[in-house]
Amino acid sequence: MGSLAPERVAELERHANDIRQGIIRSLLAAGSGHSGGSLDMADIFAALYFHVMRHDPKNPDWAERDRLLLSCGHIAPVRYSAMAYAGYFPVDELLTLRHFRTRLQGHPERVSLPGLETTSGPLGEGLAQGTGMALGAKMDHKDWRVYVVTSDGEHQCGLHWEAMMTAAKFKLDNLTCFIDRNVIQIDGSTEDVMPLEPLADKYRAFNWEVFEVNGHDVGAIVDAVEAAKAVRGKPQVIIAHTVMGKGVSFMEGDYLWHGKPPKRDEADEALRQLQTARDLIGAGARG
Amino acid sequence: MTNAASAAMHLTDYGNGDALKLVPTRNGFGTGLVEAGERDANVIAICADLSESTRMEAFSKRFPDRYVEIGVAEQMLVAMAAGLASVGKVPFIASYAMFNPGRSWEQVRTTMALNETNVKIAGAHAGVSVGPDGATHQAIEDIAIMRVIPKMTVVVPCDSVQTRKATLAVAARWGPTYLRFARAESAVITTEDTPFEVGVAQTFRDGDDVAIIACGILVYNALIAADELARDHGIACRVVNNHTIKPMDEAAVVAAARDCGAVVTVEEHQVHGGMGSRVAEILAAQQPVPIEFIGVQDRFGQSGAPTELVEHYGMGVTAIREATLRAHARKRAAR
Repeated sequence: MGSLAPERVAELERHANDIRQGIIRSLLAAGSGHSGGSLDMADIFAALYFHVMRHDPKNPDWAERDRLLLSCGHIAPVRYSAMAYAGYFPVDELLTLRHFRTRLQGHPERVSLPGLETTSGPLGEGLAQGTGMALGAKMDHKDWRVYVVTSDGEHQCGLHWEAMMTAAKFKLDNLTCFIDRNVIQIDGSTEDVMPLEPLADKYRAFNWEVFEVNGHDVGAIVDAVEAAKAVRGKPQVIIAHTVMGKGVSFMEGDYLWHGKPPKRDEADEALRQLQTARDLIGAGARG
Repeated sequence: MTNAASAAMHLTDYGNGDALKLVPTRNGFGTGLVEAGERDANVIAICADLSESTRMEAFSKRFPDRYVEIGVAEQMLVAMAAGLASVGKVPFIASYAMFNPGRSWEQVRTTMALNETNVKIAGAHAGVSVGPDGATHQAIEDIAIMRVIPKMTVVVPCDSVQTRKATLAVAARWGPTYLRFARAESAVITTEDTPFEVGVAQTFRDGDDVAIIACGILVYNALIAADELARDHGIACRVVNNHTIKPMDEAAVVAAARDCGAVVTVEEHQVHGGMGSRVAEILAAQQPVPIEFIGVQDRFGQSGAPTELVEHYGMGVTAIREATLRAHARKRAAR
């Protein structure tokens, strides 16, 4: 059993479900974009925006906020959807995703939308920037934390490993990295394209504290973050085992859904499945 | 051999061989960075395993808590600095120009420029005057790859005194910036009294026959060539120290071309894409005149002594004189 009360878990699950429905609607409106990874990170973004992070949607530049960096910028729809439901901007604005003059650029641009911490999309750069922020917090004796969300595929970038070394050198225990370990990248399985395993051992060898978690269990995600925050003298990684496309049966585990949006009938079916799931949230707990 | 413009700029007696001082421009960066750190507690320094040769060492000793050593990782250098800048620091990042920004171009574009972070790239050992290390370490494409990026500022000071001033100026001025300097000893032509402002070109020598528009340590060669041309040919050259490649002082460039009717550009860089190319872009649109380009002619460098290489690759005083005579002849032929 996790530390969260069942009612709190159910609330977070509803937030995750809202985020998934927002992803589907925005991608349908956009006509292009990345469905699979966006859907599979909904539970982690629900935990971060609705439980874990110190932030204020009405004051996105608050100096004492925790910093959340999305390194794999192509799954921007999950972040935008989480931000909209958290109150950063109207949920309807999600329908402007990828349109001309939108604040919701195809890949996130910090100067375009308040609440983003970096401009991202080119892979492998998020942990490096997060390392800089975490070091800056240490220099100024600030207690805010840095969270970096990465994909597994971008662990093939050399820069990410430069950042891993640097974060360990400076003992950045205010830095937590999430890995969306769905084992899928554009050309197929990560283990076929360029094997990453044994990934946890690699992090341990780089002097990081490693946690592994079911990336669709919001209670377990929250508990993993709490355990990570208690670590002293080391950065932490939470390897979140996820299923690409989670929550929409015909997308789950299929790498063809990495980089495409749903068509109208597919979106309708996805939203129907998600709403059905939403109606069942908490039923087990009430049991 | 000075004239009114030289006097107004408070230049040294650079033409007097006995009085000439030779100091590497990187030394000016080293002293300027310490001063910048004294002026602003947010100034920090990050180095990729080259603290002595980039002259970042002095800062590391003066401000050990604001100095970060990250090893041989130039992409990290930029991206990490962008993170530090986004939480209020003013990071200077140093390595050889060949790797910083040579190795990190996409990180510069995405995390510095597009992301609008106040990072200062200090590119040391630029140009063929690096010398014996050879072509792998001679950055002669760096101006081109930096000046094409929107929002970047690119500054190439002409001597060690100006490099110190430029370091202070870019520290105090917001914006993603590339500051380029060199390894070898080079002539000190400016003094403490010489003004410096980012984006404002300087007329170091006045004249109206040909304008020699130069940057970096070759400004000295341009001045010597101009003095010799006045003495030997009665040709009066204007010498412009065009230290800011971006945003370039377009008015000064256009005025030089309009007043002189012919231009020679001089830089320790490929002629393709560098300072001279930008001058040509401006003049083609606003004030077309004959232009000759002094720089590396689409080749790579090699090992050798700095002066030997500058001569071999066509950037010595003689080459500048010949180019100026060609530009002058083309101007007269066109009339």
